[in-house]
Amino acid sequence: MMNEAYNLEYKSLKKEGDSEIMILNMGPQHPSTHGVLRLELKVNGEIIEEVIPHIGYLHRCFEKHAEACNYQQVIPYVDRMDYLSSMYNDFGYAIAVEKLLGIEIPERVEYIRIIMGEFQRIASHLVAIGTFGLDVGSFTPFLYCFRDREKILTLFEKTCGARLLYNYIWPGGVSHDLYPEFKNDALNFLKEFKRNLKDLEILLVENKIFIERTAGIGVLSENIAINYAASGPMIRGSGIPYDIRKIEPYGIYDRFEFNIPVGEGIMGKKGDCWDRFYVRYLEILESIKIIEQALDSLPDGNVFEKLPKKIKPKKGIVYSRVESPRGELGFFIISDGSDKPFRIKVRAPSFVNLSILPEIAKGCFIADLVAILGSIDIVLGEVDR
Amino acid sequence: MMTLNIAFVSKLLIIPIFFGIFVSLFALFAVYAERKISARVQNRIGPNRVGPYGLLQTIADILKLIQKEAPYPFGSDKIFFNLAPILSFAASFVIFSVLPFNYYLCGLDLNLGLIFIIAIGGFNVISILFAGWSSNNKYSLLGSMRSASQMISYEIPIALIFAAVFIAFNSLNTIDITKAQENYFFNWNIFGGDNHLLKRILIIPFSAISVIILFIAFLAEANRTPFDIPEAESELVAGFHTEYSGIKFSFFFLAEYSNMFIAAALISIIFLGGFSSPFGYIGSLLNSNFIINIEQFFWFTIKSLSIVFLQMMVRWTLPRLRADQLMNLCWKYLIPYSLVAVFYALIISYI
Repeated sequence: MMNEAYNLEYKSLKKEGDSEIMILNMGPQHPSTHGVLRLELKVNGEIIEEVIPHIGYLHRCFEKHAEACNYQQVIPYVDRMDYLSSMYNDFGYAIAVEKLLGIEIPERVEYIRIIMGEFQRIASHLVAIGTFGLDVGSFTPFLYCFRDREKILTLFEKTCGARLLYNYIWPGGVSHDLYPEFKNDALNFLKEFKRNLKDLEILLVENKIFIERTAGIGVLSENIAINYAASGPMIRGSGIPYDIRKIEPYGIYDRFEFNIPVGEGIMGKKGDCWDRFYVRYLEILESIKIIEQALDSLPDGNVFEKLPKKIKPKKGIVYSRVESPRGELGFFIISDGSDKPFRIKVRAPSFVNLSILPEIAKGCFIADLVAILGSIDIVLGEVDR
Repeated sequence: MMTLNIAFVSKLLIIPIFFGIFVSLFALFAVYAERKISARVQNRIGPNRVGPYGLLQTIADILKLIQKEAPYPFGSDKIFFNLAPILSFAASFVIFSVLPFNYYLCGLDLNLGLIFIIAIGGFNVISILFAGWSSNNKYSLLGSMRSASQMISYEIPIALIFAAVFIAFNSLNTIDITKAQENYFFNWNIFGGDNHLLKRILIIPFSAISVIILFIAFLAEANRTPFDIPEAESELVAGFHTEYSGIKFSFFFLAEYSNMFIAAALISIIFLGGFSSPFGYIGSLLNSNFIINIEQFFWFTIKSLSIVFLQMMVRWTLPRLRADQLMNLCWKYLIPYSLVAVFYALIISYI
């Protein structure tokens, strides 16, 4: 049956005098699908006629699991969604639960969350930039990015004991206070990191071959970006300054000064792969600014004072969203008055952004598809949840 | 008559054995060097477990490759599948016969040396096509098709530059080209050759352009980054050798590294004086031919290895071009410039 359907489809694709359409299966074990994504490509020679993403290889039933845990127990699961920005997932979830509970949190916790969140954004963007470089064939920047990311992870490790899945930001507070030398370590790192960014600039941002490979490729127009509800660097790359930290500030983001970098099409067209990459690069610089401001005015205080022992919110529905490194991360929680959430739905930015791939990858080369996929920066853990 | 035969037979025996040992030793060394260099570039340590400084790592790897099972992919064409790696390595190994390491260690004193190299180099395309087609794998097929178009295109600038070299330096014989640049380093073709001043000044820009074109074209011929499109890891898994493993894979690997050395050696023969010493010989002071031969061997390897080093550095610095951009580079830039080089060489030859 399956084969017949396939053959029919295959014949319908073929036009008179056309060369043959080949179906190429990319993934789930392909080096540049960033995890276990399977792309079904219909290619005419090297030109892609159609891309069909098949997802679900990393589905772990997060949303159903969450219904069986109490509110605190959900956090480790949240960590495992977007494993490159666990800190930010915790952040989003904590804010949603706090909204549900209606509690205020200590000033120091707010600052710690911002600092950790922005460090996480830098770490996540470093992976995005590094793997993007890897996708277009440049191996060295990848390791430079990972070298700097390691240092951020060491900061996290010293703070909360974990390097990848932190379980750090809890509803009402954080699991550990910052260690005494944190401020010093963080400032030292930032100083060194700014110097290291120069290497990245030479190897990728100003590299002629890199620009040739990415500029004008995978152009995402403003209209399509809005229609597909793209978010994060994806929509900002298309020139729309849509950043939840600015338009709907959560936490204490309204106290800091930072810009929203948007794509301008300097090298090619507005909304191409290079723009998305460059937006990420500039966001790293903005995050550094935020961290420096936050470290400057970091208040003292007890981080545990508002931490609830047992979370039992009233009946209600809440939706809250944060700007994770990959885009708009929304948590929709329904509470039935018990200590377990009745339903948690996550609006995952990677999932939404991935849905644009078939639209923008049409008619490009296989080599470009890899670049486009790299510039979308998906994390399959979040796509499938 | 008898003595001549002995010399001939000894050459026939010694030289293949020597080159065989040299190629495998070079590959061992180059793989290790590549890993260490890339590690240094990328802020890593590189292999350091097997033997002192990880020197035996490549040997361990090769032992592992040799004892691996050699499976055939489903639906593959076994004859061509087996033939491809052998042909690939044989093609690059045969080219070694026209590379003069010194006066004695040169397999063939061939008047058509450079043309011979182009002709034999063409076998590489065939072997890659064999590999891609017989693997019964779409990635392999795409990789081999890319590779065929790439190698055929890049043979043109190489051939044109060889033609220009023939016009400018009056020889296609690798030994003769080397001999013409004997004595001191300012007699190398890159510095104008052993000529009077006016001709030197005219030759220098020609050599500079030709070296750059040759270097780029040879990088593409050897499928090295930024031209490693046939085996583009992030796109085509491993390109034409996706389905190969074990000893057959190691043959492709060996061929890649010997191609690198051939490219470097040719550049050093044509423009950097080949085996001739830049400062004169210690052996000539001692009146010993044997020491001179060793010195020449030393200089030839050093020159070639430094160009191999350059190739490695390029690989670990640059991203990869796309297939159509690669063709653009060849047809829009390299071929016109190499045509210019040919006409320029004609002018030089009249002075």
